[in-house]
Amino acid sequence: MKLAFDIFTVSSVSAGALFFLAGTVGLLRFPDSLTRLHALTKVDNLGLGLVVLGLLPQTNGLFSAFKLVSIWLLVQLSGAIVTQLIAGAVRQHGSHG
Amino acid sequence: MTILSFFDIGLVVLILGVGAWTIAAREAFAAVIAFVVYGLLLAIAWVRLSAVDVALTEAAIGGGMTGMLMLGAVARLRSAKGNDTRTGLPVRLVAGVLCALIAVGLATAILLPPEAIPTLAPTVMENLAQTGLGNPVAGVLFVYRALDTLLEKVVLLLALLGVWSSAPDSVWGGIPGLRVYARPNSTLTFLAQLLPPVGIVVAIYMCWVGAKEPGGAFQGGTVLAAMWLLVMIAGLESVPSISQPWLHLLLVVGPVIFLVIGLAGFVWATAFLAYPSGYAKPLIVVVEVALTVSIGVALGMLAAGPPERVQQQ
Amino acid sequence: MTNFLFGTAGFVLTMVALGLFVILRRPAAVDHMMAAQLLGTGGVAILLLLAVATETSAIVDVALLLALLAAFAATAFVRSASDSESEAPKAMSDR
Repeated sequence: MKLAFDIFTVSSVSAGALFFLAGTVGLLRFPDSLTRLHALTKVDNLGLGLVVLGLLPQTNGLFSAFKLVSIWLLVQLSGAIVTQLIAGAVRQHGSHG
Repeated sequence: MTILSFFDIGLVVLILGVGAWTIAAREAFAAVIAFVVYGLLLAIAWVRLSAVDVALTEAAIGGGMTGMLMLGAVARLRSAKGNDTRTGLPVRLVAGVLCALIAVGLATAILLPPEAIPTLAPTVMENLAQTGLGNPVAGVLFVYRALDTLLEKVVLLLALLGVWSSAPDSVWGGIPGLRVYARPNSTLTFLAQLLPPVGIVVAIYMCWVGAKEPGGAFQGGTVLAAMWLLVMIAGLESVPSISQPWLHLLLVVGPVIFLVIGLAGFVWATAFLAYPSGYAKPLIVVVEVALTVSIGVALGMLAAGPPERVQQQ
Repeated sequence: MTNFLFGTAGFVLTMVALGLFVILRRPAAVDHMMAAQLLGTGGVAILLLLAVATETSAIVDVALLLALLAAFAATAFVRSASDSESEAPKAMSDR
């Protein structure tokens, strides 16, 4: 059972790290502020979600697992709204390539 | 070298790089953002040094208050002078030399410590069980060095008075000039409706958990201040004028309760700020709750700045 | 397992460092605002990995505060950047 949990953790956390890599590559390569913002928010949040998913079997107790999921939800919600805010500012000032 | 050392070295290099970027940035806005990033990275560094209470405070103050304060200063400079001002070369040279001296002093203290490092940490851990607290930092803050904590809270109020007193006489007692971004039904309104309830729960949790685990009144108070500022910036609550009685009451309730309990120490225990045995933890919790409120209000008003306009009657 | 988690934390740290390097180098102010967003996700991931690896649950609280205050810091950045263009902010149309 522990081995199954460990395999799950390793694969999920690795996938999450991969998404972080993808997000950073997007930051580097995308031509425009808005597309970079898109890459940063969507992909990094998904990476964080996968990392949290992978860490869930390693926590001790239901409360710790609940805390981890709540943090991810908070980052997801606030990240989505903050991205809209930043995008609004980009639109106001014009995006620079 | 273990993987962990690689992590630590990478973190240090990143922190130094961001620090250098803060100084080298061309625009004040970019420098402030780099400084906030620096603060948040320092929180990770504190975690690596096993100082989680300090990490919590660094994340709260460095991420929230410092950025707000400095951006407010940048905005005021901009409207006062019209463009970014640069200090002259002699001033920057002197500042650089002084900073280097401090850095050398700190490095010497850490790299060449005395034979027996003077520390009271083992004594604190031995006697902590008597206080009923589980968090040694809370023990030091509220039991062993309670006087320092009380004085710090008073200093916070003095700092606030200092900020208020920089207002011109004509607007004394007026409303702080916090730049508000009020657009009804906008994205910011939604954020200011979503985040503060979460923030308030987190602040209460931080204050409560501080007795046993890392946390405490200061971290909780800072989160409260950040949430209050968010609500004010979004225009959902008006910025209070500094002459409001309820504002004054909330500001002093923390230090006053702390002081009263301290003076009561003469009556029910042996000295100022002594606690009767067995009652230390409940008294400390009461003080922490009151302090959380006061710190939240004080920090929020600090970031709001000095009064700039008089209240319309 | 702990070594793997530490290694991943280091990897995510490298990604955050790269991202910061890219963001802060760009001249436009609007790009710098994304730094709060980057730290809000990357920093939280690093802290959660460290928390589970060292089995210190208090670090999860640091991640919680970081998430909350990174959102707040981003708001402060956006507001300041909007003020820099005009003293009276223009009305922002939203969908």
